Amino acid sequence: MIRLVYILLIVLSFPVLADTHIVCSDCHIGKVSNAVDMSERGDTIIIKSGVYTESLIEIDKPLTIIGENFPKIKAKNGEKIFHIIGDSVTITGLEFMEVTRSFTEDRAAINIQGGDYISIINNRFTNTFFGIYIAKSIGTKVIDNRLISNNRIEMNSANAIHAWSSKKLTVENNYVEGHRDGLYFEFCDNSIIKNNHSYRNLRYGLHFMFSDNNKYKNNIFEENGAGVAVMYSHHIEMYKNQFLNNWGQSSYGLLLKEIKDSKIHYNLFKGNTKGIYGESAIRINIFHNDFVQNGWAMQMMGSSEQDTISHNNFIQNTFNVSTNQNAKNYNIYEKNYWSDYNGYDLDKDGIGDVPHRPVKFFSQVLGYTPEAIILLRSFFIELLNFIENIVPVLTPENLKDLQPMVKQIDNDTVSKHI
Amino acid sequence: MIQFQNIYKSFGKLEVLKGVSAGVDGGGITAILGPNGSGKTTLIKMLLGMVYPDKGEIMFNGKPIKKEWQYKNDISYLPQIARFPENLTVTELINLIKDIRGGTPNEQRLIDLFDLDSHLGKKIKHLSGGTKQKVNIVLAMMYDNPVIVLDEPSTGLDPIALVRLKDLVLEERAKGKNILITTHIMSLVEDLSDEILFLLEGKVYFRGTIPELKDFAGEDNLEKSIAHLLEHKHAENIKV
Amino acid sequence: MLKILKYSFYDLLRSKWTLIYFLFFLLITQGLLYITGDEAKTIVGLLNVVVILCPLIATVFGTVNFYNSREFTELLLAQPLKRRDIFIGQYLGMTLSLSIGYFLGVLIPFVIHSITYTVDYSVLSILLFVGVFLTFIFSALSFLISLITDNKIKGFGLSILTWLLLALVYDGMQLFLLSMLDNYPLEKISLVMTFLNPIDLSRVMLMLKLDMSALLGYTGAVFNKFFGSSFGYAISLSALLIWTVIPVYFINRISMKKDF
Ligand SMILES: Nc1ncnc2c1ncn2[C@@H]1O[C@H](COP(=O)(O)OP(=O)(O)OP(=O)(O)O)[C@@H](O)[C@H]1O
Ligand SMILES: [Mg+2]
Repeated sequence: MIRLVYILLIVLSFPVLADTHIVCSDCHIGKVSNAVDMSERGDTIIIKSGVYTESLIEIDKPLTIIGENFPKIKAKNGEKIFHIIGDSVTITGLEFMEVTRSFTEDRAAINIQGGDYISIINNRFTNTFFGIYIAKSIGTKVIDNRLISNNRIEMNSANAIHAWSSKKLTVENNYVEGHRDGLYFEFCDNSIIKNNHSYRNLRYGLHFMFSDNNKYKNNIFEENGAGVAVMYSHHIEMYKNQFLNNWGQSSYGLLLKEIKDSKIHYNLFKGNTKGIYGESAIRINIFHNDFVQNGWAMQMMGSSEQDTISHNNFIQNTFNVSTNQNAKNYNIYEKNYWSDYNGYDLDKDGIGDVPHRPVKFFSQVLGYTPEAIILLRSFFIELLNFIENIVPVLTPENLKDLQPMVKQIDNDTVSKHI
Repeated sequence: MIQFQNIYKSFGKLEVLKGVSAGVDGGGITAILGPNGSGKTTLIKMLLGMVYPDKGEIMFNGKPIKKEWQYKNDISYLPQIARFPENLTVTELINLIKDIRGGTPNEQRLIDLFDLDSHLGKKIKHLSGGTKQKVNIVLAMMYDNPVIVLDEPSTGLDPIALVRLKDLVLEERAKGKNILITTHIMSLVEDLSDEILFLLEGKVYFRGTIPELKDFAGEDNLEKSIAHLLEHKHAENIKV
Repeated sequence: MLKILKYSFYDLLRSKWTLIYFLFFLLITQGLLYITGDEAKTIVGLLNVVVILCPLIATVFGTVNFYNSREFTELLLAQPLKRRDIFIGQYLGMTLSLSIGYFLGVLIPFVIHSITYTVDYSVLSILLFVGVFLTFIFSALSFLISLITDNKIKGFGLSILTWLLLALVYDGMQLFLLSMLDNYPLEKISLVMTFLNPIDLSRVMLMLKLDMSALLGYTGAVFNKFFGSSFGYAISLSALLIWTVIPVYFINRISMKKDF
């Protein structure tokens, strides 16, 4: 039965049957929609450079649409442009514009509804409401696109790349800027998100929920409103990403909420208000990351358990670790490098002979009285920190790195190059 | 030249001066006498603007001295306790005063007079008490001013220096200057003073010449007269 | 006044104090630069030293110096000089010599450092600036206290107490107050309290350059918004200036009335 389907597929997409249609303003086909209507399965449409104002174009069959020199596709009346319900559609080399805000529908320049194995490659999106909207799709690839909007208000904006209830997506090498969320995934499993750059989005650089078994690699999340939020998911791998300068009133590099069995390795967290904020983050391995000059490198709430934090560098953070527990700690901190460690290593094995307590008294105080931040670095606070270090009252007694490294660890994140 | 008009002063509960009025004019030496703690130094410091009266006014050349400082250019003042920046040498100290006051002082004459040449390079803190007092005198007297105020000038001086000091003061009197002097050495009073101003219990108890004082006390010796004044201080017949 | 300023200034330059002060900061700065090899870390390290020790040393030194120069003061008082010139001149002479000691002590190692590395002069200049201001303020406070208290021991004790109060106790009280008052606009309270203490104000001004990330957190943002703006900076500077001017004003006033 399956074999039969395969044969059928091969026959149906046989190249001999495919046709090529050229669209240009003074060609005989002057509109993209006409070309799509005329095309048969597997045809190719080439769009010459120019400006095309199109109303909704529905694609229900495999097609390849190629733009030459980025022809501009403008949405008529600001409505959505492509609506893809067929499989194996490829769209490349276009520039989408003027898809306007709507409160009643999720308007996107490219709207994939159920089509599988779609390729959206090397397109530009300028001030589109949603850029690419993917729903109920399998194996779709979104690669090398640039999506730039200049939104100011979160409520009036939408996501650059938005995926819902899909599987095996590849989102790679995209640049997203000025949207609500840069990248958004909900109920998306077994996907790969890599080499993307999410810059100055109003809410999250990356936002995903209920999405399991995904890999995030080599992405850069920079100066987004609240950083990156990862929620209600398990078996996530986050490798070699950079979380940079996510500043704001409730901003973090990475927010973990209800996350289980995941790995966070070789990432760089630099200049964020909070590097990692963990709430009910369970069985997470946080290895070989660099935390540099964050307000709080890690804030692990009491609900986070069985996490292992090891071989990370904590360098010049205002606070390294804080938690809302003051009695017991259920995570393991070991063999990290703490730049404020002031123990010694007499036996020269590279491991400090005195345990390090990364939670300061003052960071605990801030949990109750955030306004006290104004007393940071005051003599009084330093004194209390010192006393607390000797006689822990507010900090969990067992939250300590028993084997602190005396030298910075070579984690090969990009921090070396910054 | 100098008028104290009804001066009152207390330090905390201690009433030191209770209505002192006196004038000094026309040249000559006035000795301000009185027991320890009677307010002599206080009165002098008021003239120099170092202590302020609670009540009353001090006039210098007919003008109140309150909030003024230029008039001090006309006063040579020798403080009772010589207190100088201890780390300066004598020369530096003299130069300091010269620099601050300006003008053309004649310190060399006084340095010669008190044989201070060999001490000029020494730091103040290394000087003996008497030598320090000599430096004190040089600093006070090196300017040629119409008014001279000497608070216990003889403290610590050896007999030779004392004689030279007396000569010096008399020399200045000869120039017609007004000189105020306090001392507890009666011979000095007898040798120098034209007039005596006796302070007792915050008031001018007696004002007059030495013969008048002897008369007033009914004694023929100054020392005894003073003692008499002190013993009969309850007497009400104050002469001013 | 200039003559007196000059005399006090040279007197102090010649005394060991200024030299010790200079060498102290030179060694600390050079030491930190050497150990950390990093200019930012050095400034963080210096923050507490400057914010705590500049006031302490200015306080101790101001008191000692005032009592020691009492003879000089008395000598001057008998001279034809304005009282104000005597006291303000001495104050300026002292605080300038200390400030120069501090300024050069911190600056020189950085200048040497800058031959081989790049130095961010914006934070450094605030550090220098704040230290000089604190020297001015606490010299003035100790001068004032010494002027009021004739008893040397008492004056010394009072000066140290003032320092302790502003450097330590005040922050303790602030923390206590903030944790007690839960339902009030705490940001405003702590902002006001910060302005009322020159040590806190200096610290916050430096902190804004050093702990940007933490201060951009929920409440920190309020402070950051305030101090980070040029308006806030202008206000902070004015506050430090007022903190200098007020004790100097009282030095002038009290010296006008005092008996010697
Ligand atoms: N600055 C001051 N504060 C408090 N009390 C003072 C002060 N100056 C002087 N007194 C007190 O005022 C009183 C008068 O002192 P003053 O020095 O004028 O006495 P005096 O007549 O010069 O005594 P002596 O003969 O010992 O020189 C003394 O009891 C002294 O203790
Ligand atoms: Mg006397």
